[in-house]
Amino acid sequence: MSEGIGAAVKRKEDKRFITGRGKYTDDIRMENQAYGAFVRSPHAHAEIRGIDATAALAMEGVIAVHTGPELKEDGIGDIITGWAIHSKDGNPMNVGAWNPMATARVRHVGEPVAIVIAESQALARLAAEAVEVDYEELPAVAAATRALEDGAPLLHDNVPGNLIFDWEIGDEAAADAGLAGAAHITELDIVNNRLAPNAIEPRSAIAVYNDIDDHYTLYTTSQNPHVARLVLSAFYNVAPEHKLRVIAPDVGGGFGSKIYIYPEEITCLWASMKTGRSVKWTSDRSEAFMTDAHARDHVTKARMGFDADGKIVGLKVNTVANIGAYASLFATATPTYLYGTLLSGQYDITNVYCDVKAVHTNTVPVDAYRGAGRPEATFVMERLMETAAREMGMDPAELRRRNFITEFPHQTPVIMTYDSGDFHALLEKGQAAADVAGFAARKAEAASRGKLRGIGYSCYIEACGIAPSKAVGSLGAGVGLWESAEVRVNPVGTIEILTGSHAHGQGHETTFAQVVSDRFGLPMDNITIVHGDTDKVQMGMGTYGSRSGAVGMNAIVKAMDKVEAKVKKIAAHTLEASEDDIVIEDGEVKVAGTDKKMAWHEVGLAAYTAHNLPDGMEPGLKEGAFYDPTNFTFPSGTYICEVEVDPETGVVEIVQFTAADDFGTVINPMIVEGQVHGGVTQGIGQALLENVVYDEDGQLITGSYMDYCMPRADDVPSYVLEHSTTVAPSNPLGVKGCGEAGAIGSPPAVINAITDAIGNNNLTMPATPQKVWAAIQEVGLPQAAE
Amino acid sequence: MYAVNYHKPASIEDAVAAIGGADEAKILAGGQTLLPTMKQHLAAPSDVIDIRGIGGMTDIAVRGDTVTIGAAATHAAVAGSNEVGSVCPALAALAAGIGDPAVRHMGTIGGSIANNDPAADYPAGLLALGATIVTNNREIAADEFFTGMFTTALEDGEIITAINVSAPGKAAYAKFRNPASRYAMVGVFVAKTGDGARVAVTGAGEDGVFRHDGLEQALGTNWSPDAVDAVAVSADGLMSDIHASADYRAHLIKVMAKRAVAAAG
Repeated sequence: MSEGIGAAVKRKEDKRFITGRGKYTDDIRMENQAYGAFVRSPHAHAEIRGIDATAALAMEGVIAVHTGPELKEDGIGDIITGWAIHSKDGNPMNVGAWNPMATARVRHVGEPVAIVIAESQALARLAAEAVEVDYEELPAVAAATRALEDGAPLLHDNVPGNLIFDWEIGDEAAADAGLAGAAHITELDIVNNRLAPNAIEPRSAIAVYNDIDDHYTLYTTSQNPHVARLVLSAFYNVAPEHKLRVIAPDVGGGFGSKIYIYPEEITCLWASMKTGRSVKWTSDRSEAFMTDAHARDHVTKARMGFDADGKIVGLKVNTVANIGAYASLFATATPTYLYGTLLSGQYDITNVYCDVKAVHTNTVPVDAYRGAGRPEATFVMERLMETAAREMGMDPAELRRRNFITEFPHQTPVIMTYDSGDFHALLEKGQAAADVAGFAARKAEAASRGKLRGIGYSCYIEACGIAPSKAVGSLGAGVGLWESAEVRVNPVGTIEILTGSHAHGQGHETTFAQVVSDRFGLPMDNITIVHGDTDKVQMGMGTYGSRSGAVGMNAIVKAMDKVEAKVKKIAAHTLEASEDDIVIEDGEVKVAGTDKKMAWHEVGLAAYTAHNLPDGMEPGLKEGAFYDPTNFTFPSGTYICEVEVDPETGVVEIVQFTAADDFGTVINPMIVEGQVHGGVTQGIGQALLENVVYDEDGQLITGSYMDYCMPRADDVPSYVLEHSTTVAPSNPLGVKGCGEAGAIGSPPAVINAITDAIGNNNLTMPATPQKVWAAIQEVGLPQAAE
Repeated sequence: MYAVNYHKPASIEDAVAAIGGADEAKILAGGQTLLPTMKQHLAAPSDVIDIRGIGGMTDIAVRGDTVTIGAAATHAAVAGSNEVGSVCPALAALAAGIGDPAVRHMGTIGGSIANNDPAADYPAGLLALGATIVTNNREIAADEFFTGMFTTALEDGEIITAINVSAPGKAAYAKFRNPASRYAMVGVFVAKTGDGARVAVTGAGEDGVFRHDGLEQALGTNWSPDAVDAVAVSADGLMSDIHASADYRAHLIKVMAKRAVAAAG
């Protein structure tokens, strides 16, 4: 079947995206639309002593100015943290209260203190500049390690020492004992640099209040409109769910940053009711840098012990995680259950212990971003392995081989039960594709041109398809992480799939249709995917954590099981055969071994005319399902990076990057390839280019692309991609998910390659030319290039 | 953005009158700095005087060994100009490496040097080439024109009309781009002229573009990449920021100078 599972079908959605006819939130214009602009704190930490909007309100065309206390008076709730973590002493976490707009104190640059609503966007912004806020500045702290020091400025009265929690996983005594008996110990101080998400479409919201029905509609840039509606209703008290419709139309990228329900969206909804106008707000890029949830920002000490044969005997990791001024929706899960649980890597380790201190600072909240916790864990593991191999004089691939897990299921000491994988096969495929055997010759040739060539590995495993509900619930999640689907077969046989997953670049309109096409043998053109509107689609959980394939598509499969059962009953009745003999092939419903058959659309018509259905059968052909998997999925892979460094300038060129991945069943290899390209490029961005910098006073230094370095096409090579597949046993399709793997696996491969090239392991991300040059100066030029 | 009066005069006289009649006028030559700053409300002139419609402002012509480039000639026009290429291919190459295609088709040489951004390319080229900046009132030597970061010898209301560049013996520009902005983090333009070597550095100095005496002396004696090795480049007076320390910039000045001399041949 040319359009079924495994076919590289071109993306159905690209026609509208490439021709500029996508419909994004900011493209939508409502009647009676007004524009919101936010007055934002220029200070990292300050008390608000007064707000004077007189001058702004006097401007012609300004409709209203509203402030935080007014929201509070109207009962609008504080922004929630969705995952409750307990400290190792058993106490629940302490998080500071987060008002949608500041009521008394601001805690990061860019925090909203007032909204101005005006007849035009330009006017709203001018008027926002005219709002006078009297601040009393307070001392601020931006670095998490500094925020833990005695005497550091305190952000929240209920959070002593700025410490949200001190969490642990694993057995500390066992890890200590393992390390005590080690023949060799590798120690690393690791910084996982802070990133800004930079979706191409900035956040946007249009809030529409209808006073006749007391009903709200929110058009917004969301990865999970149902979750947004649930939270807006249940926690922020904007409106009950049946009086609140959330629509996430075309959305231009999210990477996690559009999971969250931000202050601006909440405020626009409330302001629409307050003013009787539709209120539109669209972030500009400067606002995005100041307010979209940032990512990573860990400081870690790690020790890994080995026996004389290179077998890992213990691992101990201590991490300080910067959560920012407030604990955002998944902020507390990211550095704990999405991080510590992956610290066994691909390796058979008995003794692992990890301690994580999560800290408030005067920076924008940090939350899940492509990979979320797993890139940080992979960076710790794979930097340790490469460093240990060098210290012990071993081939880094061989050290990994000696420690690979080879039998599944495998229970790690940090919760996870890996269900499948073949790490040896991935390493072999990666090495062959990267021509590791020819590296020495390439290095010599590069040296003849004055370049330092290096090679680095990363063998990652991650847990995605974020679910199952029972497991995440027991670990503190506030919601279940299943997914829903409805399969509507129309009377003419065409199909609409309503999914709780949300596409913002992933290509669901194509891949989801392929799964349906494959099942019933129907052309993809007869199948439409509907998503992103709480009035159209049943409750769903949305898209993040590489879950749309592993959870979302399997919900569709489960609903198709029910459709298939009914189709067989109808066909058996019509064709006077046994249900067990009915097969569905190539768009036909046949009695096996005979020439008796019905066309697919004839069954659809029969279901809806209902003239001749089996006794007791309800008319119609529409089935729904909620799918809750039994385990996470575990994509894994070997990434091999080769770099050339210009020793005169420190400039790094990635000359070859090989990714060998195991994603389980692949629905559309072209789309999977695109996901790997995007993920690896983001990982290279983290390793070489991207870095959010706050100064000591909490001012954001990297507030634009003049200073925040996004990867460009000429920063990355043409990738070499390979696959080695083991099917995921936990879901019917056998898919594992591919959305985050590239960003998870690639950073350590890049840093391992550079440190190999320059002969100095002391190098932090991003490895800018300046840092690489300084690292070369520190140890002198390796012999080969002199 | 906010309301602003826009003028597009057809003559220098009309431009001067428009400037004189405004509360606070800004000349618009290409808008690649001015317009983003206005959008961010970091600049708020009452009137914008677009000089691109003034006769002759975009002309490029050669007389003898000198090319005269109209102040409103875009970077793309300079990059693609046979006239500039015949007199100083290194300057055409510099123009071809400014920003991206969109910037090169809007930004102009006059706008660039009037703004005198410390990381702009043209100031290095014109200073090393000993160019002459022609205004509606006078001619200013490049050595006198670039007076500091974002400051020039231009007086209020003075309009650059053209730039005169005479052919050097040899010349080349080597730029190390800031990874994020891709402006020059260090750009070194070297020129071998009848009077010796001239070396101008952009992107690095705390006071904007500057000439480097040590490099000029060394290259004046021995025009070769090796001559650069013996020169001490001090970090004093160089910028330090999140992308590059003063020490790293000092090092890059030498590397870029060597590469520029090698490219110049």
